[in-house]
Amino acid sequence: MKDTTTSNTPRALSKRRRMKAMAWSFLFIVLSAMILPTASYLVSGEPAHAQVTNDQNQRANFWRAVREGAPGYSSVSGPEAGVFINNGGQNWRQFRNGIIANYGGWAIVIGLGVIALFFLVRGRIKIDEEASGMSVPRWKTWERVMHWYTAILFVLLTISGLSMLFGRAVLIPLLGAKGFSAWANLSINVHNYIGPFFAIGVFAMLLFWVKHNIPTGTDMAWFAKGGGIFSKAHPSAGKANGGEKVWFWIVIFVGLVAVCGSGLVLIGWMAQLGFVDSTRGTMQLAHQVHAIASIAWIIVFFGHAYIGTLGTEGALEGMTTGRVSVEWAKQHHDLWYEEVKDQAGIAEDTTSAPAPSTAAS
Amino acid sequence: MARMKFLCDAERCIECNGCVTACKNEHEVPWGVNRRRVITLGDGEAGEKSISVACMHCTDAPCAAVCPVDCFYTTDDGVVLHDKDLCIGCGYCFYSCPFGAPQYPQEEAFGVRGKMDKCTFCAGGPADDNSPVEKEKYGRNRLAEGKLPLCAEMCSTKALIAGDGDMVADIYRERILKRGGRPQTWGWETAYGS
Repeated sequence: MKDTTTSNTPRALSKRRRMKAMAWSFLFIVLSAMILPTASYLVSGEPAHAQVTNDQNQRANFWRAVREGAPGYSSVSGPEAGVFINNGGQNWRQFRNGIIANYGGWAIVIGLGVIALFFLVRGRIKIDEEASGMSVPRWKTWERVMHWYTAILFVLLTISGLSMLFGRAVLIPLLGAKGFSAWANLSINVHNYIGPFFAIGVFAMLLFWVKHNIPTGTDMAWFAKGGGIFSKAHPSAGKANGGEKVWFWIVIFVGLVAVCGSGLVLIGWMAQLGFVDSTRGTMQLAHQVHAIASIAWIIVFFGHAYIGTLGTEGALEGMTTGRVSVEWAKQHHDLWYEEVKDQAGIAEDTTSAPAPSTAAS
Repeated sequence: MARMKFLCDAERCIECNGCVTACKNEHEVPWGVNRRRVITLGDGEAGEKSISVACMHCTDAPCAAVCPVDCFYTTDDGVVLHDKDLCIGCGYCFYSCPFGAPQYPQEEAFGVRGKMDKCTFCAGGPADDNSPVEKEKYGRNRLAEGKLPLCAEMCSTKALIAGDGDMVADIYRERILKRGGRPQTWGWETAYGS
């Protein structure tokens, strides 16, 4: 078999020629089928069936314009009072009730499940070295205030926002129509009034923490080793490791840009500032962006909250007391520890630091 | 059971805004809220046409589908009503409504809108029929008195017809037979799927 295809016997040559002829014929037929029907243009010079021009069928034009939502005049003043049909409404309804509510809900459940599974498989990432009681300062007081201010508002916004999307399905059976209405009324007001203050918190984080989060070559090596998440390895990292930088930039782009930006559209501020109009189309789009980006942010936030508390021993102290143990710093942020090791000492706050006796031993 | 529908005959509507005024007066709707409005396309040009628009009381109402607190309900007469005690003024019904029917009394900073108001087909709301509470929140309940919506009753050219969908369609069909031309039941396909 191999010989017939590679050798130059007369039989193989004729077969190759036949295949070639077939290929060319096929190409010719396909091209002809596409080109020949247009040959009539050569004769007539213009389309055989000319479109009815706009002047000839005013009635049809009128109703088409109405159906397409063309604005007319209305002596009643109000948002888009002159528009007959809000065509995007049904699409928005289906997108919100169908895609966002279904896939979004499942995404949150699956996200939590993956974190739970990870905890069962990997367990808590412990500090390898024995505690010496020595610690280094990690986050200044104003940084911790900024973090917890934003975090508390984030949790309030998450609860109130998810209540708006899933409350009808989940909370009405529990609270009843009246009870849930009261809760939803509280939720929407909390959500709308807190939102802008939350955006300020996120923006402050961008201003003050961006310097820690510029991607470097160290991060590439960190990612190449999987961040030591699945292995016992502890790849090098500066003050923020690759994972923390990813979280930071998710907060900025998904959070600050998409969620906070669309939120300010939804409460009408962007329209007040003249960046967007306040039509229903804008609101529908803003709502879709807001819902999708928020759910994505919430899922990644679950990961952040897990890693910062249950997932990693010694991580939470950095954001509560402002100091982390020397051993934790060496293990997770070795390059940063080298910069700050001269500040190592025993924290003045004895309640949060280990007993001095262990440090002395 | 009747299935209430609105129909506006665009060949007859003269944009007098009598329906708008009748509605505002009958229900004492707050300032800035208009349950009904007249739109004119090609205003001032030859062949301009006007249509009076309000809530069409859709069969599969988008407002009811997106309402986070599920405050909408459809009466036995096919009228879509809502419970203002449950409404939180989120604006979702306005985003989804094909006809721009939902209205809000406030427009303040932080997206506060107040409780939504819309055409009730003169059928009031969930409060007791013609009680002071119902009058205050939802306007007059003419249907409970055996009357039809006042906007249509007061239409000077009888362009706006309100009532049972079959009877409305019959009246309109007779008109088309007499005057010729094609029927145009504006909004019916969107609202009633027919």
